[in-house]
Amino acid sequence: MSKTPLDTVEHAAETPDVELPWAELGLKKDEYERILGILGRRPTGAELAMYSVMWSEHCSYKSSKVHLRQFGEKAPQSDALLVGIGENAGVVDVGQGYAVTFKVESHNHPSYVEPYQGAATGVGGIVRDIIAMGARPVAVVDPLRFGAADHPDTKRVLPGVVAGIGGYGNCLGLPNIGGEVVFDACYQGNPLVNAGCVGVMRHEDIHLAKASGAGNKVILYGARTGGDGIGGASILASETFDDAKPSKRPAVQVGDPFQEKLLIECTLEAFQEKLVVGIQDLGAAGLSCATSELASNGSGGMRVTLDDVPLRDSTLSPEEILMSESQERMCAVVEPDKVDRFLEICDKWDVIATVIGEVTDGDRLEIYWHGGKIVDVDPRTVAHDGPVYERPYARPSWQDELQSDDANKLPRPATSEELKDQVLKLVASPNQASKSWITSQYDHFVQGNTVLAQPEDSGMIRIDEESGLGVALATDGNGRYAKLDPYAGAQLALAEAYRNVATTGAKPLAVSDCLNFGSPEDPAVMWQFAEAVRGLADACQQLGTPVTGGNVSLYNQTGEAAIHPTPVVAVLGVIDDVARRTPVAFQEEGQLLYLLGDTREEFGGSAWSQVVHDHLGGLPPQVDLERERLLAEILISASRDGMIDSAHDLSDGGLIQAVVESALLGGKGARLVVPDGLDAFTFLLSESAGRAVVAVPRSEEVRFNDMCGARGLPVTRIGVVDGDAVEVQGEFTLTLDELRTAHEGTIPALLA
Amino acid sequence: MTARIGVVTFPGSLDDRDTQRAIRIAGAEPVALWHKDKDLKQVDAVVLCGGFSYGDYLRAGAIARFSPVMETIIEQAKSGLPVLGICNGFQILTEAHLLPGAMLGNDHLHFICRDQRLRVENATTSWTSDYSEGQEIHIPLKNMDGRYVADERTLDMLEAEGRVAFRYLDFNPNGSLNDIAGITNEAGNVVGLMPHPEHAVEPLIGTGRTDGLPFFTSILKKLVTA
Repeated sequence: MSKTPLDTVEHAAETPDVELPWAELGLKKDEYERILGILGRRPTGAELAMYSVMWSEHCSYKSSKVHLRQFGEKAPQSDALLVGIGENAGVVDVGQGYAVTFKVESHNHPSYVEPYQGAATGVGGIVRDIIAMGARPVAVVDPLRFGAADHPDTKRVLPGVVAGIGGYGNCLGLPNIGGEVVFDACYQGNPLVNAGCVGVMRHEDIHLAKASGAGNKVILYGARTGGDGIGGASILASETFDDAKPSKRPAVQVGDPFQEKLLIECTLEAFQEKLVVGIQDLGAAGLSCATSELASNGSGGMRVTLDDVPLRDSTLSPEEILMSESQERMCAVVEPDKVDRFLEICDKWDVIATVIGEVTDGDRLEIYWHGGKIVDVDPRTVAHDGPVYERPYARPSWQDELQSDDANKLPRPATSEELKDQVLKLVASPNQASKSWITSQYDHFVQGNTVLAQPEDSGMIRIDEESGLGVALATDGNGRYAKLDPYAGAQLALAEAYRNVATTGAKPLAVSDCLNFGSPEDPAVMWQFAEAVRGLADACQQLGTPVTGGNVSLYNQTGEAAIHPTPVVAVLGVIDDVARRTPVAFQEEGQLLYLLGDTREEFGGSAWSQVVHDHLGGLPPQVDLERERLLAEILISASRDGMIDSAHDLSDGGLIQAVVESALLGGKGARLVVPDGLDAFTFLLSESAGRAVVAVPRSEEVRFNDMCGARGLPVTRIGVVDGDAVEVQGEFTLTLDELRTAHEGTIPALLA
Repeated sequence: MTARIGVVTFPGSLDDRDTQRAIRIAGAEPVALWHKDKDLKQVDAVVLCGGFSYGDYLRAGAIARFSPVMETIIEQAKSGLPVLGICNGFQILTEAHLLPGAMLGNDHLHFICRDQRLRVENATTSWTSDYSEGQEIHIPLKNMDGRYVADERTLDMLEAEGRVAFRYLDFNPNGSLNDIAGITNEAGNVVGLMPHPEHAVEPLIGTGRTDGLPFFTSILKKLVTA
């Protein structure tokens, strides 16, 4: 980096031949040449630092952009969408004057290098995105994926990640209401740590990341800037792990949840007094991102004096200050006459706040250090005009072979006894087992509005105490399905999250996604990505749920081995009155169990094929989005009109997994009858999509059947809630005690 | 008239709004108190709620105990002001020596969040009179440092004087001595416990039970009839 003399803009112009470390900063040669072209001279060290982080894969979406456009082009008409893709997070109208913002992000690479801090700062980052929209965060969710449950390194990574999420989220006072925990060997060297957050505000309180109004002050507030997280976005999150390179541990940020909690409170107080013109959180690419995005989204330019940034380490160079990803910092644009009041509020919460610059009427972003101008750029070239790649992609040569290795042809249990053993093995397998050892390390109750939390189908939060208005959020993804067919796999992830929201009685409104894939430089991975995005965009269009924002995480691979393509989809729904919510647990003995939807022989990518045969091949379950929509309408109507007392969606593990979970949660068993036309194995273990099992009070039986019949949804009576065992007539009986031991013992035995 | 019950917000307090809501549901008037402010705004009682005051980076409650608002609370509690400490509030009360003993990290070293069954052991304090002795209730528990410890003499004294107010049933979630979930001072005006009654006041929310509401109706009845 630059030493003496100070590498000012003037100095750069005078010394065109100075070699800069663009390759070490993660830039490609053509990208560096592009910068030379934009500036008409060589960049200063500080400018190079800014371009390198902002043009990284993580910040610029340079490989994914051309595909992500479909989310906008195919977006369904939705009156609910108040703010779409491009801001810190999308905003959705949920009625009664309320708006909800939500988003899912990844913190995969840092969490492998340093599980606790990686996961903790993942929570911190997504929460700041939500605050930056003007909302009070009301809940978090964490979709997690790890290597094999019994692999020794999983015991290093998982407890650290879980403790980090808990340690950070619990200290912020945000209930953790959902998410997933999935194990698969493909994530061994590359766990997926995704974090989602939901926030609530009134319509009039929506804030955007833009700096307008010449003379307005730019205030940096929150933690001091330190040397942590330098290159987090460019070096760590945008490259493949490689043993030959030096440790990337210093690129992981270190979190302080207490500071973040103060930041939340003081930001919300400033919003309440209408002191803020524009706001941006400092996450990936730190000040480089905040200044260039605020300036390029607003109407003017910006002048910043870097000497005024409060530092944790006075020896930091200007380049390091611009690249630092120190956590718990925000940047606000405030009118001059409101600056004093803004600083007063920060002082009340003991939050350090400093005016570091102002909005100018030009169109340049100018940054000064020790009196010299070290950055003079058009902020749009930093924030928005990064390179865009049309990466080559091609259907991998092995895809056909994988799909023709049909899971439906695997040997099935020959006897009732064998079927029983396989069911018990499935219920106890790490992916199907109870995750309460993990989720009990998260606070579900704080804020006093949690209506449903994991292991419910979706988390649900009340947002208005008077009317009972609430929102539901579910996240789902199935990398095995997506590996077999990325187009269908992405649609199945959406369908499951959509179904999970509807199962609890809420109406699905909008989508956020976290797209986790391998290296975009591998045409096979790029094909998976392109197919998944196309599938998701098509399905969102058909279901009428627009994508409001999200995150792409690439380079999730170790050496040549990429993870399964893993699109994780979050669906947000609204429910008029949380009193009508439908839980998973069986409520009363004697209630009738109905299976909604069609069951086919579909075992490709299934839990059964994984647990019993360690097999991945064939095709994933068929997608029928019209059926998903009809099923959702029925579930919502039945919930609203009091026709069902419990409901559970069917997904991995099939019907028997759903019934066992409802039985264990309710402490009530079930007697099941195999319906005509189905064999017991298919009935219990097929993973056909578009299905749910519901418990109907006898008094509602006729009404419920009439509703399903009138609307053309196949409905099959399959049994009754009864006793203290799950009995499949003519096949086997498993007592709740046996099931509980199997279901709840696995995870503590492996990880505690 | 109704009672005015103060809820202190320290930096890092998390359950202050929830506690205010519980007070409102019980029919009393919640009053927000600020950690930097010695003035208790003439409240009739005070709740120290859960959270991680000042980040709890030193020892849970160790810094909050020296805050300006605590100076007044400590002084007035000694002359009878009813004070309830929930979770971090309980930790602060032990640090302030308004209650004996101390809180250590959970014996299993993890944060734990669960619906916990408790037995009410003392239904005569300012905060527990709406329960009956021996009553079994479910209250959510969520903490990192919930292991109650005290020397043997203190434990014997607490047991002999009936000052163990709540005891964990079924499962000791943190390694607390004598399964102690909550205690009271000798006068019965200061009560501390680890579980969170403010999260069990509405039928739909949290665990769906309202077993925590009697904390707030107990104090309301005491104050209004006094």
